[in-house]
Amino acid sequence: MLTRDEINEIDAEAARYPNREAVCIDALKIVQRHRGWVSDESVRDIAGHLGMSPTDVDSVATFYNLIFRKHVGRHVIMICDSVSCWITGYDRMRKHLHERLGIELGETTPDNRFTLLPIVCLGCCDHAPAMMVDSDLHGDLDPEKIDKELEKYQ
Amino acid sequence: MTTSTEKPLTQNMRPDGSALDLRSYEQGGGYQAIRKVLSDGMEPKAVTDEVKDANLRGRGGAGFQTGLKWSFVPLGKDAPNPTYLVVNADEMEPGTFKDRLLLERNPHQLIEGVIVAGFAIEADIAFIFMRGEYTLAAERIERAIAEAYARHYLGKNILNSGYSLDLYLHLSGGRYICGDETGLLNALEGKRANPRSKPPFPPVVGLFGKPTVVNNVETLSCVPHIINNGAAWFRGLGRTKDAGTKLFGASGKVKRPGLWELPMGTTVREILEEHAGGMRDGLKFRGLLPGGASTDFIVEEHLDTPMDFTSLDKVGSRMGTGTMIVLDDKTCPVGMTWNLTHFFAQESCGFCTPCWSGLGWAERILKSMEDGRGQTGDLDKLASLAKMWNPGNTFCALAPGAAEPVQSALKYFRADFERHINEQRCPWS
Repeated sequence: MLTRDEINEIDAEAARYPNREAVCIDALKIVQRHRGWVSDESVRDIAGHLGMSPTDVDSVATFYNLIFRKHVGRHVIMICDSVSCWITGYDRMRKHLHERLGIELGETTPDNRFTLLPIVCLGCCDHAPAMMVDSDLHGDLDPEKIDKELEKYQ
Repeated sequence: MTTSTEKPLTQNMRPDGSALDLRSYEQGGGYQAIRKVLSDGMEPKAVTDEVKDANLRGRGGAGFQTGLKWSFVPLGKDAPNPTYLVVNADEMEPGTFKDRLLLERNPHQLIEGVIVAGFAIEADIAFIFMRGEYTLAAERIERAIAEAYARHYLGKNILNSGYSLDLYLHLSGGRYICGDETGLLNALEGKRANPRSKPPFPPVVGLFGKPTVVNNVETLSCVPHIINNGAAWFRGLGRTKDAGTKLFGASGKVKRPGLWELPMGTTVREILEEHAGGMRDGLKFRGLLPGGASTDFIVEEHLDTPMDFTSLDKVGSRMGTGTMIVLDDKTCPVGMTWNLTHFFAQESCGFCTPCWSGLGWAERILKSMEDGRGQTGDLDKLASLAKMWNPGNTFCALAPGAAEPVQSALKYFRADFERHINEQRCPWS
């Protein structure tokens, strides 16, 4: 079931658009902000609230990079694998994250602290290689800097 | 040749990296353009004509005439209602980081551009469609929008002119194809961002079926300066026949990766050697993509080409977003082509067959070459796939964009591809 807060936030967004389906992506993001990810149950609840079919909502949810349809850890690391980062050391950074966290791309650490995902160009090419952790951008990465930054996310 | 050193887009930005707030923006001459347009009673058509006369071309990569695009919108009492203006702030072209600077450091310049453009097309509602990863930009734009509402630059009856405009920030769910004009409109309607069949074009049938103009962040950021200083001034900023200044950038293994606002038509060599400082020590230049992942490689012999919409076309590439990605001699060109193709294959919306099927196929061929399993005939396959992605075979520009690095890599780095196949390994790994 959607919470009162979630419903209020979704309806506030809906006021900007001429129909309720238009708020589908915002609704998914609102639910994710509250719960970390979007479960099957949430897809059905959003569909019910917006007068859409769950399949339609899921077709939207699965299209977008930043909507998580699987459980994620407390912090999400998104490492840029696009061309400028690839040239300047993406592979080395990914290997380092793998060695340090013991997980591959798409996986979550057993202590539920980190999920590691690839992301397309973060627009940080002058400070490549780059990654985001939650909503923070980190550039000019090297293994030492990655270790230092990750300490901030418990 | 002009020696203009004017930098209208970036000159007032703060060196400490913070955003120019409303007061500082106004002290630097900000929000004079909307006074000129709204208080001095310019006609919407006169605003469009000025922008047309300035020869402002879209900075998102395609280079379409901005004033011409605006002129397609039906005006007057009988026009469909509402009319929308949408800012494309979905910067996801690999190697491109110019709009982030404008959004983070000079948000009011963009908002003023939105108001002027909105007035010109008689827009009722404007959206800034921004990628979700631009969290700092989102925070600063939200604050700037609130400041603009408080000063009555947005909302009902702006500066008592009778013109009203609401502006909202919309954060994307994230997908490269949202940067396509009509893909973006579908995303804004809450749908999958599949590009639409055209015609009709968005200025006639756009967001929710209403007239809609979609303009890039840098394009709209130029608009207040054109109104303040005039079309002739703007045209004079460029060194070639393409007008204005442009945010140029460089990334890859150059000494000083970065962004610089320079006259349109500055040569590739000046940007690469003077501004970016040339290659890092011990590395040699091999080639570059002039304006993002979806532009053809150019090589040494092209370095004196002016960066503008027409000159790069003549050497078989495109200016694109104007942010170059540089390939050095210690980086594998086949690997780089694989990385680019991987990106396009992954970001295909899945609608047109040459794109969703062909890109995946090409990616597998390139990966097998990198892994030492390349076969005779692979290069012909790649070339014929790239031909299939050329304009006319798909709804949008994703596949044609994907073709550009592949076809040009085959042309300029053919011996490197052949070595991968002959030696059954990547010579760089």
